[in-house]
Amino acid sequence: MLWDALFLQLGYNATLVTIGACFLGVSAGVTGTFLFLRKRSLVSDAISHATLPGVALAFILMVSFGGEGRNLIGLLLGSAISAGFGLLCVSWLTRQTRLAEDAAIGAVLSVFFGFGIVLLTVIQSMSSGRQAGLEGFLLGSTAGMLWSDAIVIALGGAVTLAIVLAYRRPMGMVAFDPEFAASNGLNVGRIDLIIMGLAMAVTVVGLKIVGLILIVAMLIIPPVSARFWTDRTDRVTLIAGVTGGVSGYVGAALSAAAPAVPTGPIIVLVSFSIFAISLFFAPNRGVLAAVMRHLRFQRRVHMRQGLLALAQGQPIYEKLTMRLLTRAGLARADGVPTQDGRARAAKALRDEKRWEVVRADQTFEGAAALYDGLREIETVLTEDQIGEIDRRIGGPIGVPT
Amino acid sequence: MNGEEFVPLSLTPLLIGMFAAVACALPGNFLVLRKQALIGDAISHVVLPGIVVAFLITGTVSTWPMMIGAAVASIVAVGLIEAIRKLGRIEPGAAMGVTFTSMFAAGVLLLEQSDTSTVHLDVEHALYGNLESLIWLDAVGWQSLWDPVALAGLPNELIRMGLTLIVVTAFIWLFWRPLKLSTFDEGFARTLGMRTGVLGLALVIVAAVAAVAAFDAVGSIIVIAMFICPPAAARLMTNRLELQIVWSVVFALVAAILGYFTAGYGPMWLGAENAVSAAGMIATISGLILALAAFFGPCRKRTGAPVA
Repeated sequence: MLWDALFLQLGYNATLVTIGACFLGVSAGVTGTFLFLRKRSLVSDAISHATLPGVALAFILMVSFGGEGRNLIGLLLGSAISAGFGLLCVSWLTRQTRLAEDAAIGAVLSVFFGFGIVLLTVIQSMSSGRQAGLEGFLLGSTAGMLWSDAIVIALGGAVTLAIVLAYRRPMGMVAFDPEFAASNGLNVGRIDLIIMGLAMAVTVVGLKIVGLILIVAMLIIPPVSARFWTDRTDRVTLIAGVTGGVSGYVGAALSAAAPAVPTGPIIVLVSFSIFAISLFFAPNRGVLAAVMRHLRFQRRVHMRQGLLALAQGQPIYEKLTMRLLTRAGLARADGVPTQDGRARAAKALRDEKRWEVVRADQTFEGAAALYDGLREIETVLTEDQIGEIDRRIGGPIGVPT
Repeated sequence: MNGEEFVPLSLTPLLIGMFAAVACALPGNFLVLRKQALIGDAISHVVLPGIVVAFLITGTVSTWPMMIGAAVASIVAVGLIEAIRKLGRIEPGAAMGVTFTSMFAAGVLLLEQSDTSTVHLDVEHALYGNLESLIWLDAVGWQSLWDPVALAGLPNELIRMGLTLIVVTAFIWLFWRPLKLSTFDEGFARTLGMRTGVLGLALVIVAAVAAVAAFDAVGSIIVIAMFICPPAAARLMTNRLELQIVWSVVFALVAAILGYFTAGYGPMWLGAENAVSAAGMIATISGLILALAAFFGPCRKRTGAPVA
């Protein structure tokens, strides 16, 4: 059943939904990247909640002009207009009043959503029976998706994607360093508007599939996951697009395989699993990598301190140090150094003395800056320099040659 | 409007709405000043999975398990946000976005998967609440306010909301100085030996308690609106925290009362027969108040900010 769903074998509707969700995921992930890098991810929350009154008003208008109230294009147009208005309110409140952006976002999302709820109750009372379906915009409903709906979603996704690709360089620049972008002649305000407009477009397109409460997740989670894997903007964008697409596809397929499972939440949870995997297992930025880095560092410190203790004939009480030394064959379990251990310990002690000379001498200033107590001196100085230092230190004292 | 109609049908929902509005607006003042306004948004989303899990464990729709479930869920969410922020070095907004959407999605999924068709528990209810239904059936008029038998039939939500309001007020009153200090100058507060981290967490927990109690009665949308709109509007009216709190309480009360009556009677004045959602209308009115404050409030500008 699951494999059938993943390979689009579950019939016409399921296939439409799966492909639509995949398109949506790609464009949401790619667009969300710039929102995330601009540190304005939650603006999308305001945008998505602000779509509700537009949907309801569009429905009321279409019905009162005698049309079919559930025309998807009409509803999406209405949602785009009210989302745009909400966006304007957020930026106006942030710029013209002393309120911070988070307060503006919260105010806009709650007020617009509340007004939308008022309108929904109006619709419920005005033409009972025909309002069915508008609640679907809250959490998304894919059950009755039509071919024309899928076309609207796919086209919308493709257009957003094209605009993102066209503007990715200026948008990346503005996201990282608005001042630098402005000094390069970019109109930061306009680029910001494009980023927000794209987020709005994705939100509007995604309303039908995942609903307005969860579309935010598709804009935020894939970029956050992608950020773990790389430090380059273009790759973050690419990975966010791919993870977004994969979560859309897999989520929609899963929900097609188990009809009782709603599509939107499943897509979000698939996306969250990818995030969790990235958080823990990403190389370099992941939690596991950080833990490993810490352990490696800890071992180096213990090893170094252990060797210095061996060289000076001091007893070692630290268990981890002892274990590391015995495992490397440098000391016996009773703390007596082996032949190897004695050699390495002497080297460590000599290195310590060499560093002392380096740090006392102005001519080695550059090398001395790299001293952190663990660095091998050979990685900093040439053989000749080390030889010169050794001449200054002199040979072992009190040891017969 | 006479007492026989008003007291049983409107008095209790109105009072619950007012209590909920004030209980959320009070901690909201500090959240807005600390730029944590969206914590309220996050909490009101994660309350859903908490309630659903509590329902799945206990199997009944009873109040206390659900309140505890919701409170636990909000604490888990706050912890998760912090963990993602610290472990993944992710900016707080995005960390919050990841957390609350995922938990909300999990809540919706659990709700749809479990057999809740027999009980009154659904996503729509969680969003807009059911303020209008909290009527006081035992009342016959104003005289019922002195009738112990009728008083025993008050909706539980009213008592719970009243208690929550007392708890929230007591918290802010008791910790007034540390809260004020740590909100405006956290570094200074720390040099005085205050545990600002603990205090911040306590504030979030109090906000969560208010959110959970209000959520039960009036739905999540009103919670977010009341956390943010009245304090934000009050912020535009004054430069003093004491006055700001007073303004926010006034705004919250005005929004609750006006919103409730507009929702209940407004459509009838316009010729329609059915009332609209009271919760939605209260949120809308609070937005209008904020808009008025943003246009005319005496302290609406940033002082010292360059005129762009």
